[in-house]
Amino acid sequence: MQGQTIKLKNRPKIIGSYSIVGPKEGAGNFGDYFDYVMKNDFFGEDTFEKAERKMLESAITGVIQDAKLQTKDIDFMMAGDLLNQIISSSYAARAFQFPFLGLYGACSTMAESLALAALLVDEGYCKNIVCSTGSHFSTAERQYRFPLELGNQRPPTSQWTVTGAGASVVSLNGEGPSITMVTFGKVVDWGVNDVNNMGAAMAPAARDTMLAHFKSTKTKPDDYDLIVTGDLGKLGSEILIDLMEDEGYKLGTNYGDCGQMYFRREQKTLCGASGAGCCATVFNSYIMKKLREKQYKKVLFMPTGALLSTTSTQQGDTIPCVCHAIVLES
Amino acid sequence: MEDKKRNEAYNKYVKAKIPKTKPWPSLFNSFWVGGLICVIGQGINDIYLLIFPNISQQTGWALTLITLIFIASFLTGIGVYDQIGKFAGGGSIVPITGFSNSIASPSIEFKSEGIIYGICVKMFTIAGPVIVFGVASSMVVGLIYWIISLF
Repeated sequence: MQGQTIKLKNRPKIIGSYSIVGPKEGAGNFGDYFDYVMKNDFFGEDTFEKAERKMLESAITGVIQDAKLQTKDIDFMMAGDLLNQIISSSYAARAFQFPFLGLYGACSTMAESLALAALLVDEGYCKNIVCSTGSHFSTAERQYRFPLELGNQRPPTSQWTVTGAGASVVSLNGEGPSITMVTFGKVVDWGVNDVNNMGAAMAPAARDTMLAHFKSTKTKPDDYDLIVTGDLGKLGSEILIDLMEDEGYKLGTNYGDCGQMYFRREQKTLCGASGAGCCATVFNSYIMKKLREKQYKKVLFMPTGALLSTTSTQQGDTIPCVCHAIVLES
Repeated sequence: MEDKKRNEAYNKYVKAKIPKTKPWPSLFNSFWVGGLICVIGQGINDIYLLIFPNISQQTGWALTLITLIFIASFLTGIGVYDQIGKFAGGGSIVPITGFSNSIASPSIEFKSEGIIYGICVKMFTIAGPVIVFGVASSMVVGLIYWIISLF
């Protein structure tokens, strides 16, 4: 371990990936890359919460197939989501017969689960671990914001929670891009308390983890084919570029943010996409495909998460954020 | 201490970087949509007085309000009112139709939690403060009115 970074000796691989999204996401910029696009947000269920958990279930079923494994081959499942008490993940895990570890890193959960799975697999404790996260626009809206049919206007800094779930299988055996390094992030809070401006709240966390990563691994932004953050959105990613420039690191055209790139301009999502499903679906579709095709050789994947709750918001607290990073090499 | 300074500087920087809303187009849209809702209300009122010439002005107003509330709830139910709200902002929030929307929308949203704990409890999550302030301020005004009438 160097600083906050752990180098993995045995190069655990991501041998399967699967993504499932809602219709609006399917019409976005990554539409062609997703494995499955739902016809509507209910996904055949009677509530949005049940739809979210069904999305996670189908992502997990899908990823096991994609990895050419069977349910009995899976040692562990690590999952998390945005709903209170991470119910979607727990209920999704109920459908499967493998041990379950619930994680909460808000929108950074995908990297957190992949990093932990990589460590467990690297040390030889487990063979195959399923990692999964997801979010649903309608369940997140009603937990964090206002009813869907309320006629209010969204502030220009707000982002659109992605309806979607992604899943990966981490293993030592099989084909796929390897996880070579993981960097766990500290909780960073620079005093932003505007819940409609998550990008600005999370950018300092991304900066902190990125700096820690570059320093401990002695790398610089140009060493990566792609540096991708989770859901900083349009404003947040611009802020991150500024913050990194202040530290002497220039993020160039190899830097991107899943949230910023997710939707098309005419989809009117203001600052872009957000939610645990945002980076999970982009990672398990577009990024994994490009890594498998070896178009990207080295990718730094570092989603951020805002660790707030509606109670802390209502009490006027600022928003603590975290960012975990993993390095993938094809 | 240093953290506090850094946070203040950062918040200032963020504030300057936030994309600005253009006030004039939003004000224009709220103004004409809000005005249009009021004109429709007046029209409904006139029609009621035309159909029922014997009712008092007060009854006419009550019928008009009920009709407007019904229309707004109906539009909320079929998913139109939030589109109007997205476009008009305050223009469709301030009239009584906005109030109707703020009660109907959580009722629809929380239907899945049952009639009592879902619809009935959550119905006033947004409109509740409006009612509290309405009742409280009318009490204060009533008190002032009573004191003045003593002299």
